[in-house]
Amino acid sequence: MNEHVHRDDFGSRLGMWLFLVTEMVLFGGLFIAYSYMRYRYPVEFHHGGGELNATLGIINTLVLLTSSLTVVLAIVAVQRAEKQRAMLFLGTTLVLGLTFLVIKSFEWAAKFHHGLYPNSPHLATLPPGEQVFFGLYFTMTGLHGLHVIAGLSVLGVMLWWVATDRIRQDRYVHLENGGLYWHLVDVIWIFLLPLFYLAA
Amino acid sequence: MSEHVEPSAEYSTDHQGDHHAEHPGYGTFIKVWVLLLILTGCLVGVSHLGQTAAVWGLLTLTPLKAGLVFYFFMHLRYEGPLFKVVVLVTLGTLLIFFALLFSDVAFH
Repeated sequence: MNEHVHRDDFGSRLGMWLFLVTEMVLFGGLFIAYSYMRYRYPVEFHHGGGELNATLGIINTLVLLTSSLTVVLAIVAVQRAEKQRAMLFLGTTLVLGLTFLVIKSFEWAAKFHHGLYPNSPHLATLPPGEQVFFGLYFTMTGLHGLHVIAGLSVLGVMLWWVATDRIRQDRYVHLENGGLYWHLVDVIWIFLLPLFYLAA
Repeated sequence: MSEHVEPSAEYSTDHQGDHHAEHPGYGTFIKVWVLLLILTGCLVGVSHLGQTAAVWGLLTLTPLKAGLVFYFFMHLRYEGPLFKVVVLVTLGTLLIFFALLFSDVAFH
């Protein structure tokens, strides 16, 4: 009857952090590539940044920052055994994450409409520096977008687990780890905003 | 099942306990979020003041914002030294690669 469940919350969080470190190196490499290319093509990057919709970039920043807040508030709510509130916070995060993706898709659709998409004939007519700018733009925001989708899937499961009491006051390390991933996605966007949208 | 009473319960309180000695409340995180919004506003404002100001804003305000998310939202503040070391070693490694690349560029 005495079911011994091995638990090591510290180890669990350490494992998550080690994974996040690999993510930081993945994006870090792209940031280093960006900085060299911007150093090499300052005028083209300035011009490329002018083509992007800064307002949408700023709105998406506010959306992601707020979604990060609601995740961390959901953890506080679980710690206080306020289940309904935790579900409300997590639900808000999911809605905000989806809002981010919708805004992003409108933004990309507008770019595609103007003939700006990877390997497009129009892109090939632009100077090399601008081709590099848009190459990095699509690679980095695209990779970030995939991370948003992954993070939303994870947090969707977390919401379900809170609802079914699999995550509760005395056991919430999964929610903490899911939250850690979501915050890293937010941090990456914090860097993407000034590098691309405010580059002009 | 005698001597060994609820080892899992003891184990878990121990582990939850040492890192969450005192849980921060809603207020702490809301304050950090307000600060993040203000810093975002500053970053956007600074980007209109010309290229030099924009680059300085990027190099100072952005790491500050990321630091706030790491320290508070990602609970690094409430973790032991190991997690902080892991993050700092990673950032240091990236910085070394960055320095190596630009020292190479400088001599071309």
